[in-house]
Amino acid sequence: MQPRVLVFAGSNRSGACSGKVAALAVQLLAVEAVLAVAVAVFYDTTFRTPVLTVGVALVATVGIAAAGAVYGALAARLRSGTTLLPLLLLPLLAPVLIGATRGFEVALGREAGPGWPWVALLGIFAVVYLTLGALLFRPLLEDA
Amino acid sequence: MSDTAYIATAWIATFGSLGLYSLWLLRRGRKLSRSVPPDERRWL
Amino acid sequence: MTVDNPTTGAGRPPGAASDRPTGPPTTGSTATRVLGVISLVGIAALVVLGVFLTPADAELGDTIRILYMHVPTVSTAYLAFVITAIASVMYLWKRTEFWDLLAASSAELGVLFFALTILNGMLWGKITWGVFWRWEPRLTTTAVLMLTYVGYLAVRQIPNDTRTRGTISAVIGIMAVVNIPITHKAVDWWRGLHQEKTIFGTVDPDMKGLQLFTAYLGLTVFLVLFSWLLIHRFRVAWLAERAADVGVDAAIAERRAERAVPSSAGGAS
Repeated sequence: MQPRVLVFAGSNRSGACSGKVAALAVQLLAVEAVLAVAVAVFYDTTFRTPVLTVGVALVATVGIAAAGAVYGALAARLRSGTTLLPLLLLPLLAPVLIGATRGFEVALGREAGPGWPWVALLGIFAVVYLTLGALLFRPLLEDA
Repeated sequence: MSDTAYIATAWIATFGSLGLYSLWLLRRGRKLSRSVPPDERRWL
Repeated sequence: MTVDNPTTGAGRPPGAASDRPTGPPTTGSTATRVLGVISLVGIAALVVLGVFLTPADAELGDTIRILYMHVPTVSTAYLAFVITAIASVMYLWKRTEFWDLLAASSAELGVLFFALTILNGMLWGKITWGVFWRWEPRLTTTAVLMLTYVGYLAVRQIPNDTRTRGTISAVIGIMAVVNIPITHKAVDWWRGLHQEKTIFGTVDPDMKGLQLFTAYLGLTVFLVLFSWLLIHRFRVAWLAERAADVGVDAAIAERRAERAVPSSAGGAS
């Protein structure tokens, strides 16, 4: 559902933003759960540190959902939005890809070293883009 | 290519690109000025 | 007879009805001429020093001559992106065309300087590593960052009303700049695990004498050049908007003139 519809239905803009982020996060987590099963089965992987694995997945998901919600609202106002959205969003998610990859490598025992600093980096990304998203959603919707 | 050639390429490419871009800007500015009435050319 | 007046612009006849000052036929002004001269002199000095006079570095050898440009271009690019972000914030607050055009102009220059950074880095890499490119974290994220701002410029080319274009661009400009330090930190941590020879990692912290002077000269020259380019680029963007307005007005006037012509007998429309 487009955020504009939520606003027209009477919800406030920050509510629309939070709702969009939450919806995206739930969808992503569902996909990740399926993928985790597939990885365990097809790659014969055991999740040795499930807490770290879940931590990385959760925090990375929130970051992706936060950035994706803003860029989704942005792309909805562009004529070739569906084409441009990946071009715009993927570069922005570079630190998430790096952090999540490294975090999962440690969680799966493929890399030595601490994994929680990567969770912290992903957490910074999530907090920053949740905050920016809350601030920038309003101007994106106000002219829609 | 020798190291000197790569270094020379870096300098020529950098300032060559900047020079070409500058020329393009100046030419575009002149061309646009001609199509804008004089009293609209103020930018501040 | 016309009056050549630097304030009111060349070519206005004396006693003209309009009292509004008029602009010059180019994007140049006294300020840009001063900056331009300083830039040219500075570039000449930088070339002489950087290419010919400074000695080769003890560790980097002659590749330091590429660093005299590489460090300034990346610094200038980052400055440009920060200006874009600040102007974007100001646009979302004030909603004036000035801030929108400043953000866009700065972004375009940022992409240009960033492309030069990548080019110089590739040539440095060819000498140092023997290859132009490696998919190592710093280079990969640099290319990805470049894509971010290429996307910004692409969005500005999509036909849209100016307010929508400005809003969308501003959001991208703000989101993108915040990503720069986060990405840098991620790469630094990743690199901490896999030490590799990199362009910044081998810069001699004890650089002194002519080398240090040349390094600072490079930074200064590129900063002045960037200022010159930004002023001109902004003015070109401003003129482009005015030219578009003139085009729209002319089209409307033409349409009105067509409708004002009485139709011929027989009801032809």
